[in-house]
Amino acid sequence: MFVTVTLRRPPATRPDHPATSQDRPPTTDLGFLLHKHPHRVQAFEVATGTAHVFFPEATEDRCTAALLLEVDPVGLVRGRGEHRDQHVSLWHYVNDRPYAASSMLATAIGRVFRTAMRGRCSARPELAADRLPLELHVPALPCRGGPELAHRLFAPLGWQVTATAVPLDETVPAWGDSRYVDLRLSGELRLADALNHLYVLLPVLDDAKHYWVSPEEVDKLVRAGTGWLAAHPDKQLITRRYLAHRSGLTRSALARLAEVDDADPDALDDAVDTAEIGDEPDRPVPLARQRQGAVLAALRAAGARRVGDLGCGQGDLVPALLAEPSFTEIVVVDVSVRALEIAGRRLRLDRMPERRRQRLRVFQSSLTYRDDRLTGLDAAVLMEVVEHVDPSRLAALETTVFGAAAPGTVIVTTPNVEYNVRFDGLAEGALRHRDHRFEWTRAEFGDWAHRVADRFGYRVRLLPVGPVDPEVGPPTQLAVFSRTGSDEEAPR
Amino acid sequence: MIDVPTTDRREIAIPELSLVVLVGTTGSGKSTFARTHFAPTEVLSSDRCRGLVSDDENDQAASADSFDVLRYIAAKRLAAGRLTVVDATNVQREARRDLIALAREHDVLPVAVVLDLPERVCAARNADRPDRRFGAHVLRRQHGQLRRGLRGLAREGFRGVHVLRSEDEASAAVVTRTRLYNDLRHETGPFDVVGDVHGCLEELEELLTRLGYRLGRDADGRPVGASHPDRRRVVLLGDLVDRGPHTPGVLRLVMGMVAAGDALCVPGNHENKLLRALRGRKVQVTHGLAESLEQLAAEPAGFVAEVERFLDGLVSHYVLDGGRLVVAHAGLLERYQGRASGRVRDFCLYGQTTGESDEYGLPVRYPWAEEYRGSATVLYGHTPVVEPEWVNNTLCLDTGCVFGGRLTALRYPERELVAVPARQVHADPVRPFPAAAGAEPRAARRDPEVLDLTDVTGDRVVHTRHLGRVTVRAANAAAALEVMSRFAVDPRWLLYLPPTMSPVATSTRTELLEHPDEAFDTYRADGVGAVVCEEKHMGSRAVALVCRDLAAARARFGAPDDAIGAVWTRTGRGFLPGGLTADLVARLRDAIEDAGVFAELDTSWVLLDTELLPWSVKAEDLLRHQYAAVGAAARAALPPAVAALERAAGNGFDVTDLLTRSRDRVVNAEAFTAAYRRYCWPTQGLDGVRIAPFQVLAAEGRTFHDRPHPWHLDLADRLVTAAPDLVTPTRRLAVDTTDPGSTAEGTAWWEALTAGGGEGMVVKPAANLVPGQRGPVQPGLKVRGREYLRIIYGPDYTEPVNLDRLRSRGLGRKRALAAREYALGLEALERAARGEPLWRVHECVFAVLALESEPVDPRL
Repeated sequence: MFVTVTLRRPPATRPDHPATSQDRPPTTDLGFLLHKHPHRVQAFEVATGTAHVFFPEATEDRCTAALLLEVDPVGLVRGRGEHRDQHVSLWHYVNDRPYAASSMLATAIGRVFRTAMRGRCSARPELAADRLPLELHVPALPCRGGPELAHRLFAPLGWQVTATAVPLDETVPAWGDSRYVDLRLSGELRLADALNHLYVLLPVLDDAKHYWVSPEEVDKLVRAGTGWLAAHPDKQLITRRYLAHRSGLTRSALARLAEVDDADPDALDDAVDTAEIGDEPDRPVPLARQRQGAVLAALRAAGARRVGDLGCGQGDLVPALLAEPSFTEIVVVDVSVRALEIAGRRLRLDRMPERRRQRLRVFQSSLTYRDDRLTGLDAAVLMEVVEHVDPSRLAALETTVFGAAAPGTVIVTTPNVEYNVRFDGLAEGALRHRDHRFEWTRAEFGDWAHRVADRFGYRVRLLPVGPVDPEVGPPTQLAVFSRTGSDEEAPR
Repeated sequence: MIDVPTTDRREIAIPELSLVVLVGTTGSGKSTFARTHFAPTEVLSSDRCRGLVSDDENDQAASADSFDVLRYIAAKRLAAGRLTVVDATNVQREARRDLIALAREHDVLPVAVVLDLPERVCAARNADRPDRRFGAHVLRRQHGQLRRGLRGLAREGFRGVHVLRSEDEASAAVVTRTRLYNDLRHETGPFDVVGDVHGCLEELEELLTRLGYRLGRDADGRPVGASHPDRRRVVLLGDLVDRGPHTPGVLRLVMGMVAAGDALCVPGNHENKLLRALRGRKVQVTHGLAESLEQLAAEPAGFVAEVERFLDGLVSHYVLDGGRLVVAHAGLLERYQGRASGRVRDFCLYGQTTGESDEYGLPVRYPWAEEYRGSATVLYGHTPVVEPEWVNNTLCLDTGCVFGGRLTALRYPERELVAVPARQVHADPVRPFPAAAGAEPRAARRDPEVLDLTDVTGDRVVHTRHLGRVTVRAANAAAALEVMSRFAVDPRWLLYLPPTMSPVATSTRTELLEHPDEAFDTYRADGVGAVVCEEKHMGSRAVALVCRDLAAARARFGAPDDAIGAVWTRTGRGFLPGGLTADLVARLRDAIEDAGVFAELDTSWVLLDTELLPWSVKAEDLLRHQYAAVGAAARAALPPAVAALERAAGNGFDVTDLLTRSRDRVVNAEAFTAAYRRYCWPTQGLDGVRIAPFQVLAAEGRTFHDRPHPWHLDLADRLVTAAPDLVTPTRRLAVDTTDPGSTAEGTAWWEALTAGGGEGMVVKPAANLVPGQRGPVQPGLKVRGREYLRIIYGPDYTEPVNLDRLRSRGLGRKRALAAREYALGLEALERAARGEPLWRVHECVFAVLALESEPVDPRL
């Protein structure tokens, strides 16, 4: 990975600048500012490899310092020191880290130019404090959000930004641009600020998920933002993105299965990523809350006592179920172990008062395998679950839920695809979540619900959830199935 | 059946599986008796349990807890089918009631052995024991309780009561263990198992004749027996009587056969009701009972009395042939097999119902067979079906003869069906029964739509023929459950997942990580001379199940989605959108048909191991986000760095080494980009998609891992000829590992393949499955090309400094994993070929997926 810093000699006369060119020191003073001799090639060992600093050009008018970080690609995978072998399968040998200007380059900058970043220079103190005509070049900047985001983050800091997207593969034009940007910045800034900008914003733009930043490193990042981050219009985005990196590197067995099938680890391990279109928190009453309300209402109406939340995800519905004393037994299942772990943490299962905890059973199950532990429920909730099941496996779900578990009441919610046109930012024909295998129209849902009800001996009522649009209906649809003849078997 | 005391040897007969309850006061010698006649592990002593929970065997305050412990252990033993003796006073009725309930819970017979010794004997014994310091009143009270309860023991529910009244009797007692009536495991057949007859004598005669039995007749010409020259025996599944025209005739024949040892018979619900009617009980005369009673009324009283005795003696079910076969009228759950209780008998007679009724008012049967996981084959009748279907190793043989269907028999162990059509519709069923099709029935199989979670989750051990026990950890099963549930194709299709394959041992050559010599050396050391080198296709592993037509797909697999087959990846996911998969399967079907493979293998379906190309069909996302991205980053970052270094060099700085390295990296990045580009080509629908079959995995009733690889590859070539636009050949070379000239040829062949950027080759034993010292030898070793490995180990892996470190890669785990997955895969195929229940196949397939989630270096 590679970055250059160039100090230009300013034009001879500039009305906004009192100094004349004769007053200005030679640009080779960049060496003093960086504490690196412009006539030497220096190498520094850093955590991820070797950082080389050299000066491709060093004339009176223009001086460029280059930092080339040679990352050890094998060391990266096999690990060094304390993290060795900890996350073997995470670190793929085919990795952009040796090339892309990411947190590793930022760390190297922080290590190699540490004094310069603090704005200290005993040889040229006035120069270190002065705003200088600088140019920065980062030829391969991983940039989630594209050139626009690079522009958005650097421009408010006083940079003129030229960000050009790098094509993914010029022989396959259909693939479009890569996530890398060739970034050129120019402007009159203090050198220390310029370096701090890179130091903070490189990892922020990269926004890589699986790269670990130690808490101490985060503190350093915060320090580097002093003086400019607080006033940055996107400070929230910046803060959120680099704090997100602290969440660590946990990688599940599931991710290994993705690798077996040449898929992105996240492609399988996405059960906890439930952000959906239409669930933005700024709506008057969030759809998710309305959905919960409707489900609870249906459960109360059914007089259910033993209640199952089948496909609980991260357990969003569970607190509401626990809050209802009439639900004496609450069975919470999901097929994703990770989702259950997160649900368990969020519900603080380990510290829950015993009486409350006794009402709750949490375990992994699957709706395409029959599970005897799910029998005997008064009611089961499948909230936003069926659309995550392949159409070809729906019959299995129907058999396990309505045939085998056979609760007195089944409550199913699912998106109404007709409503999708009302969501801004949802491309035409797109589904609300990348794992949705389908989304039904009102008619399709109704057909399915009635077919299932007939086959397994249930009655069904269909209800809207959310504001009903006269043309396309409600955003979410809900069905309440009641087993016929289940009246005699009132909850014991 | 209170025993009358006799002198000398007292034989106490105890059923092999029972709960023996010792009854006697303190000091009556129960423990001594138990120690003398039973194994120490069979005896559960309440004193001992009291000690376990309280450190004091005489602490009466701990009695409740100690009984919990005793009961818990007893329950585990009885569930496992082990005789259990309870050594406690049990003089109180309440204590015995709990134990009788426990026996019933596990469907075993409760037996009482009472030590009713004189009070003074017991008192004298207690006096010798320093730990038993309680007043005489305790013993007196216990004795009174014992005496009061003695007469009612049989009424309490004990199915055997043995009373020993003196020290002599107790010491003379001999305990013998008797087989349960239903335990005929020593009877190994062969059998002809016949479904519900319902008075259809003519059809029964015809069926027996077709089965090869010779009928014996009485003076009036009525059949009274039938025997088989090969000493086969008939097993009648009950419901001989009612509805049909000749109930007495059927009974006469069957009773004769049973008496002569030519037949076994279990009762049906109709026999049960007829018996009650004959005994004068009040029963509803419905469902054809009237006909039986009317017909029997015309028979002499002696015959009717014989019938009554016969019906009374029928045993609810039989366990036959070493436990491999169970017969019962309405079927039988695994945990009831070989047990004896009222509810076992009820299940045998009536089956289980859901409590609901269908539109004809008939009770809805609980589909116990769909959940059946037992190893014994269960044959039963009771519910008329048009065609018999194997469901989880169970088969219903009631084909509704009396309703105009057929009378059907299954030859066991041959598992062939023999049937005769009804002469006429003898009775009208409540629920309409369709007329029998003319053709001979062929037992189809039906796999339940869903499997049970307990088939796959938790810590598991799968028994494989080729590698013994293979263990799967619960955490891996949990990961696999998620993938299987959310992404995999229907388990009815998913007969197989391919095992992982190990690379060759790491080469020590300077430039290479892998080289063919190591493969040849390994196989030679394993005793394998002839190997086949197969081109490694630049695609993705795909397993294709192709049925000849929809009817075949329905009959064998239930045809999920009304498809005639499926194609899936290494983790069981579908490759292509539904419609495209259907097209692909249809074109493969045509190729297989045109090549004559269905006919040649005498099958209506074929399971193929293949490679689907290009890789980008499956892995386009990975190619874009991982490989192309790395190439793009490298090609964006490195040239400016090289340019800057060149300028620095031009200015006289010594950057020679760094510049050389950076220039090399530019070259490596270009080579890397070229390597991944070979895996992408545009496809439109199926245009551009190619499939390369290289092994036939299974077909109806057979597997092919005993066929040499050349056989498989020749067959694949025929598919290429049949569909050259879709099917692509696999280039190969035979190599003799013991001939240096031959291995050199193999190496040259690999070099030529990989010089052009090819992925490499897989070396396999030519004979296919080769047994080794510990399980089969590795079924294949991959030897990957130098350029291809760039997309595995990164663009710069060829730099000596990197290569040296990469050579230390632990192959042991990978090898072990490959061996276990291979054994599981073979097991799945063999189970499927044997027609075993789906859950047995799925267990293995699921285990392969679970093992794939073990942490093994994914680059190997």
